[in-house]
Amino acid sequence: MGIFLIKRFGVMTLTALVLTFIVFFLTNLYPNLEKLAKSQGNQRMSDAAVAGYLEKNGYLEPIVLRYGQWLGIVPGWRRQTEDGTIRGRCVEFGMQPDEIPTRCGLLQGNLGHSTVAKVAVNEIVWKRLGASGVLMFWVMVVMVPMAIVVGVLAGMREGSRTDRSLSTFAITTTATPEYISGVVLVALFASSAVGLKWFKGSAASALNDGVTFDNFTLPVLTMALYGMGYIARMTRASMAEVMTSQYIRTARLKGVSFHMIVLKHALRNALIAPFTVIMLQFPWLLTGVVIVETLFNYKGFGWTLVLAANNNDIELLISCSMAAVVVVLITQLISDIGYVYLNPRIRIS
Amino acid sequence: MTPLNWGQIFAQLLIQFVPVWVTLLVIFAASITFKRRLGLYGKLFDSKVGMIGFGIVAFWLFTAIFSEGVAIAGINLVPAIATFDPLVQIAELKNKVPGTFIPDSEELAYLLGGDNLGRDVFSRMVIGAKGVMSIAPAATTIAFMVGITLGLPAGYFGGRFDTSLSFVANLVLAFPVILLFYLLVTPEIREAGTEIPLWLNNTWTTSIPNILAAILFAFPIVFFIILWNSKFFTQPATRLLLISLTLLLGFWAYSGLAFNADPLSAFGLGVFGMSPNLLNVFVSVVFVNSPTVFRIVRGLTLDIQTRDYVAAAQTRGEGPWYIMLWEILPNARGPLIVDFCLRIGYTTILLGTLGFFGLGVSPESPDWGSTINDGRKLLSIYPHPALPPALALMSLVLGLNLLADGLREESLKD
Repeated sequence: MGIFLIKRFGVMTLTALVLTFIVFFLTNLYPNLEKLAKSQGNQRMSDAAVAGYLEKNGYLEPIVLRYGQWLGIVPGWRRQTEDGTIRGRCVEFGMQPDEIPTRCGLLQGNLGHSTVAKVAVNEIVWKRLGASGVLMFWVMVVMVPMAIVVGVLAGMREGSRTDRSLSTFAITTTATPEYISGVVLVALFASSAVGLKWFKGSAASALNDGVTFDNFTLPVLTMALYGMGYIARMTRASMAEVMTSQYIRTARLKGVSFHMIVLKHALRNALIAPFTVIMLQFPWLLTGVVIVETLFNYKGFGWTLVLAANNNDIELLISCSMAAVVVVLITQLISDIGYVYLNPRIRIS
Repeated sequence: MTPLNWGQIFAQLLIQFVPVWVTLLVIFAASITFKRRLGLYGKLFDSKVGMIGFGIVAFWLFTAIFSEGVAIAGINLVPAIATFDPLVQIAELKNKVPGTFIPDSEELAYLLGGDNLGRDVFSRMVIGAKGVMSIAPAATTIAFMVGITLGLPAGYFGGRFDTSLSFVANLVLAFPVILLFYLLVTPEIREAGTEIPLWLNNTWTTSIPNILAAILFAFPIVFFIILWNSKFFTQPATRLLLISLTLLLGFWAYSGLAFNADPLSAFGLGVFGMSPNLLNVFVSVVFVNSPTVFRIVRGLTLDIQTRDYVAAAQTRGEGPWYIMLWEILPNARGPLIVDFCLRIGYTTILLGTLGFFGLGVSPESPDWGSTINDGRKLLSIYPHPALPPALALMSLVLGLNLLADGLREESLKD
């Protein structure tokens, strides 16, 4: 297990490095930098002025070197201007020359500055991740039990009418991406013109006034519905398989009541497969978070990502991507380890 | 004029779709009559779920084909389903409810209302089907070619080749899809690169989408050449014919699609070509889908290569590519066909997501994703512009899912 973990961790780090480099490369393509220079200076800058601005702010160094600076393993760039002030990656406003650290990057806990909001990226990313964490938590709280109940009810008597109708329901929800169920739910429950007017069509107030039924039901339901179908179908398949196994037949022949069989004997074995699926749902949850937060105007991580991408806010976008990639990789690791623990038949040598 | 009521709207909608109903009726009647002779397709008509799924998918397919009518040599063979031009704006009909008549007319109405610019919601939905039904299956097919061409040898040979390809596939899969789209489908990325002059005054930019297109569109050609070569290497005449045909057609399409330089377009006969916007979207969707197909094909190959018929072929002295393409691949077709249906649905969802975030599509485009995005801004006051495309997309994906379920059920019965 120890060697497996070390190996897995090594591959994970390598993946994270390659992925962040790709993001770094794609966001720092020259047209993007040109757009950045023009939005920081003025829109009618000449090509030479753009190049001058980029040169002055260290954007034209080789990409690998800049990636190293961002990671914090290469000393940050530094330059003395004509009037004697020092400019550089690590220079904060009002710093004395001897206070300036040589390296400042990811390893030093410095993610740079948002060129649009003019604040450190650290501040934004952690706050927004927290906000999205709250949303994800509630989605999980609603989605997982709902999916397991639907899957178990459908799988315990395969082919029955309950099974047919629940399976159709599960297929329908997997066929309805968030941007559709969100629109339909808002039209049904939150439209001011028609419909039931039960909830609010925006979750913007949840950040300041706290989570309430009014502002959180629709976003949570929108996300939970799409993810639920898939988990429910997995649970159903694995439940149906368990119910045909020998030991269930023995239990039935012994005269154990049906709900005791389902709850005590079948359920635990049936839940191994769905566990992995639930963990692997996290990458999808991230995409869902982006859509739902845009749709319901909830200022979380996904909302920030869209904003950063639309505003060409390079440092913020890189950090958001990194956070997303890390979340995905960690869940993959947890799902691998959890699978081994839950299923004693798998041995890693 | 008072607007039409819901009964009249519904009746009018049924009438608009008459060409589709007729075609569906003919297809269903023929398929059910001859279902015993039609293989897996015929078996589909044994399962209720499969039939419903097939019906929905066929409905949207024919809606796309007949959306603007079919005319040969100026004679209208099939009337158009769309009632208006999807881009024409009538200012009086901004956000008007379904069934509102256009000004100065007692016959023509906006059946499903007008959107925020006064365009016909119904026509936009119908024309939007065309984009989806042409891009999604094509992108999925290319993704399958890529996945199969790489997945078969990865599973069959294993070793370092497999390890490195699997690593790359996992890299792509660890990216949240939406982030990849935001990075890959931007106007800036299409500009980055140097221009290279090609034949006939065409130029090609070495931007990332173009490079990806050049790589991904080469896979179908490679696939077919290996396919013919491995089967017919003992019959040089057939082999030469098939391979030269593949190369001719392949490079014609390739030069048009990947380089936007169809050699015949100089004579006004160009067939293949894609706008840079569309190419960018297409390539990104293929790029996102192929690693999953790769993993599926690799897994299936690992499973199937332990079978006796593979060992028999090896003993006969067949080459590795013959075994992969003519022994393993045909036996993996069941799960692959099922996944193909599911994947078209997933691609449809991805295309909708792209439209929803306004990535890569022209602002006026009637595709479902962008129409939903346009409509959602006024959703709480006027829900009618956003709902028809939303329900259309949902029903198409549902149909594809049901079709896949039906196929799975029927193929498991053997």
